[in-house]
Amino acid sequence: MENWSLVSICVLLGLTARWAVSLNSYSGAGKPPMFGDYEAQRHWQEVTYNLPVHEWYFNTTDNNLNYWGLDYPPLTAYHSLLCAHVAKLINPDWVELHASRGHESYGHKLFMRATVLVADLLIYIPAVVLYSFYISEGSNKKKVCTVLCILLYPGLILIDYGHFQYNSISLGLALWGVVGLGLGWDVLGSLAFVLSLNYKQMELYHSLPFFCYLLGKCFKQGLAGRGLFLLVKIAVTVLVTFALCWLPFLSDPGQVLQVVHRLFPVGRGLFEDKVANTWCSLNVLIKIKTILSTDTQLYFSLTTTLLAILPSSIKLLMKPTLWQFKLALVNSSLAFFLFSFQVHEKSILLPALPVCLLLNDLPLPAIWFLHASTFSMLPLFLKDGLLVPCVVTSLAFLFFAVYLLSALEHCSEDKLRLGPYRRLLICMPHMDLGRVTKWKFYFSITAMAGLSFMSVALAPPAQLPDLFPLLVSVFSYLHFLGLLLYFNMVQIAEPPQSVRKNQKKSN
Amino acid sequence: MATPRVDDWSWFLALALGVSFLKCILINTYHSTDFEVHRNWLAIAHSFPVSKWYHENTSEWTLDYPPLFAWFEYGLSHVAQHFDKEMLVVQNLNYTSPATVLFQRLSVIVTDMVFIYAVKECCRSVREEKGSKDLLGHPFFILAALLLWNFGLLIVDHIHFQYNGFLFGILLLSVARHLQGRHLEGALLFAVLLNLKHIYLYIAPAYGIFLLRSYCFTEDNTDGSVRWSSFSPLRLVALGSIVISVCALSFGPFIAMGQLPQVLSRLFPFKRGLCHAYWAPNVWALYNMVDKALSVLGVRLKLLDVAKLPKASMTGGLVQEFQHSILPSVSPSITLICTLLSIMPAVLSIWHRPRGARGFLRCLVVCALGSFMFGWHVHEKAIIMAILPFSILAVESREDAGIFLMLTTTGHYSLFPLLFTAAELPIKVLLMLLFTLYSFTSLKKLFRGSILNPLETTYLLGLVAVEILCEVVYPLSPWQHTLPFVPLLVTSVYCSLGVSYSFIRLYVSLLRQDGTDKHKQL
Repeated sequence: MENWSLVSICVLLGLTARWAVSLNSYSGAGKPPMFGDYEAQRHWQEVTYNLPVHEWYFNTTDNNLNYWGLDYPPLTAYHSLLCAHVAKLINPDWVELHASRGHESYGHKLFMRATVLVADLLIYIPAVVLYSFYISEGSNKKKVCTVLCILLYPGLILIDYGHFQYNSISLGLALWGVVGLGLGWDVLGSLAFVLSLNYKQMELYHSLPFFCYLLGKCFKQGLAGRGLFLLVKIAVTVLVTFALCWLPFLSDPGQVLQVVHRLFPVGRGLFEDKVANTWCSLNVLIKIKTILSTDTQLYFSLTTTLLAILPSSIKLLMKPTLWQFKLALVNSSLAFFLFSFQVHEKSILLPALPVCLLLNDLPLPAIWFLHASTFSMLPLFLKDGLLVPCVVTSLAFLFFAVYLLSALEHCSEDKLRLGPYRRLLICMPHMDLGRVTKWKFYFSITAMAGLSFMSVALAPPAQLPDLFPLLVSVFSYLHFLGLLLYFNMVQIAEPPQSVRKNQKKSN
Repeated sequence: MATPRVDDWSWFLALALGVSFLKCILINTYHSTDFEVHRNWLAIAHSFPVSKWYHENTSEWTLDYPPLFAWFEYGLSHVAQHFDKEMLVVQNLNYTSPATVLFQRLSVIVTDMVFIYAVKECCRSVREEKGSKDLLGHPFFILAALLLWNFGLLIVDHIHFQYNGFLFGILLLSVARHLQGRHLEGALLFAVLLNLKHIYLYIAPAYGIFLLRSYCFTEDNTDGSVRWSSFSPLRLVALGSIVISVCALSFGPFIAMGQLPQVLSRLFPFKRGLCHAYWAPNVWALYNMVDKALSVLGVRLKLLDVAKLPKASMTGGLVQEFQHSILPSVSPSITLICTLLSIMPAVLSIWHRPRGARGFLRCLVVCALGSFMFGWHVHEKAIIMAILPFSILAVESREDAGIFLMLTTTGHYSLFPLLFTAAELPIKVLLMLLFTLYSFTSLKKLFRGSILNPLETTYLLGLVAVEILCEVVYPLSPWQHTLPFVPLLVTSVYCSLGVSYSFIRLYVSLLRQDGTDKHKQL
């Protein structure tokens, strides 16, 4: 069959899965007074529609910031405004100031779900198709399989269409950035990335690799000549885009400061709830949250984060290739997730995006990571009543990714790039690391299944009500930490011969 | 898809698992009253002794399937009690706890294993052309995808809610057994099927004649006609005893209890009207339409008096009896005669010139489609009975592929009104696009070139216009409140054109084969 029809079938399958998940419950459904992220998004529509721009980020009588105050950058606010205008056309009650608070109905749910689908269809899905077809390598069939696997990644589907958020917009724009850089359209790529950054400040997790890749490229072209020209072009693009996004707030420095203050709520502490990162896991052993003051926590996390992203950033700066760029995106965002301040469990989607891009190159580790990332959000899905879609999409993704990308056949030491580990294991020269990895994978999948079953079926002991969520996050944390080390190792080590040849060919 | 070998069946597992995941993800979608129907039967079979099964009438949804299906529900109820005991209480009308929904949905998904196995058997019996192609281009792969991912079956079973999957599984398995030459097994399976759901009586003529002609007579004359001397009584006895023992097992207890008339009155309720609430796209939909058009025309031209016309209300759902104003009214016996007449030539053709199991399969499709076109109180869902077996023929010949595309696309589109809730609109459109796109591109690739002529293509594209008109434009128009039934009417009439056209073309292909056979002999 022709490629276009296979790709259309993959996209249709992805859309079907998305809409089927969206028929389920959302966060905070029927739970007054605060509800959940769904109500937050609706409330932003109400606020942006009814209040003038300069009141959006301020606490006023009409805008109670303690009730889901706007804490995302301006593009999110504009998007809310756009949605609000459509909502007003369909049913004015949905965005009525004050009166619409906590509004829930069949029609409104349908409308909200549809806005997510439209955004996804316009931004994320085309980027995935473009990336798979123009940037990843391999036969056409393999590209089609990659499209399907990326589109079926359960984490994003469940958060956007189940829990309710618009991650496909910010992640999709970031992916457009990767596509732009991959195709050599650096200006367009950085434009897309700046838009993504202005949609959701968490995209900062990805910003350092973008910066290092572009800077490295300028260095490579010579800062005296073409490189400088490129640098100026990119700098102007970034500044102008930023200025345009923030235009309504630029008239008054107080406005800008307030927005920045809303975006980075330092006061909210090192972490909230149960999240599979270092601080929450460490908290089991040492109560860092109580021992250290907030300021110390802040500097501490900042330092560790910087230390964790330094190796990959330096490597990328010296060798700005696409392969390095993709790995640096993973390493940087994962390091941010594991070590930075005020991380949410949903932020695992940020490392998950670049890991999706590695599905083709390193199938087994990528699948492993993506599965673990979905698993790490299990407590959240249980809270939202998304157990059935979560189990079904996870199993489907696991099966199809392993089957279509032949992940378990391509796990020799060489394919998995485990060379550096080999050097560490001088004492055991005959151990087949590929096979060991496979067994570890099986074990981890079984353990995740067991933990999921326990979380659903068993009641936690009375003195430890958070036992299962904690076990889930610590277990996922171990995966993330191990894979962070692995991806760093892959990035720092030189690629094997075969890959270098391929890169030359494609160049 | 990373080039699995053709001889291993991992691709089949992937297709089957894929669609099973899809079914699981549809668990929380809308379900129709058929959900309550089956819950009620579950409760009846669980709570009452066999003698009460066909007398129980607490709920309006009384048991109206044959006894084997009641036993099937009885078996299910033993699993159901581990999910939620309350669903097995007859008085709990419209009971839909999450555990009940989960159990009922899962029961459909799990019993679909029969269907999956049957599809595998069908794929093994497909004729294979020589030549190494990639996996996606093989007829057996295409057949597996067309059957497993069939749009109609997905939305009727897994959204609307019914147990067609395993019933069609038994039908396809029986067909596959005939294709493999294991006729007694095929007959046994069909006998079981008839005792699970009696709607399959419509295709019984094809089975009867085929088994009699091609199994009980062991040899043909040189011109292909029947050689009377080759009749094998032993085979007839074997067949007869299989069929009779299955029926005895199923109806025997009720005959012994003297309840046969009661059971039969439940199975064949002729009190219902000519057309189902929403008109299935068949001849009677066209007939009703012509009648309506004539009466409107008559009133406009002042040839008719409005007061004298019968109240031909066409308000959709509530109507049981549709009274014709100009054309003569149709009675059940007339529809029966029409149905029999419509399938007669096909049945005679496999008697005179049996073309093996494939000739039988074609006749079976004609029977299913003929009864759909002319039957009494036909449900739109019955079109699946023609579509599924026809898939096997479609991957083997180009002409059949053309008819198949016309039939499935219109037939499947005509199922759209089954799902009328706004939330399920995207699902049905996406699934329909998925199936249609796949069937068109894969068959086109298989037969290397376009299969439909421009007129057919235009007609099918018209379905898009009809969909937009009926589900987007019309609800926004002022007529939505005064004439709410118009979209249903348009859908039904437009689709009945396509289905009728496919029926005629199928007949032409069957009779033309007869013609070429005779030509060869001359």
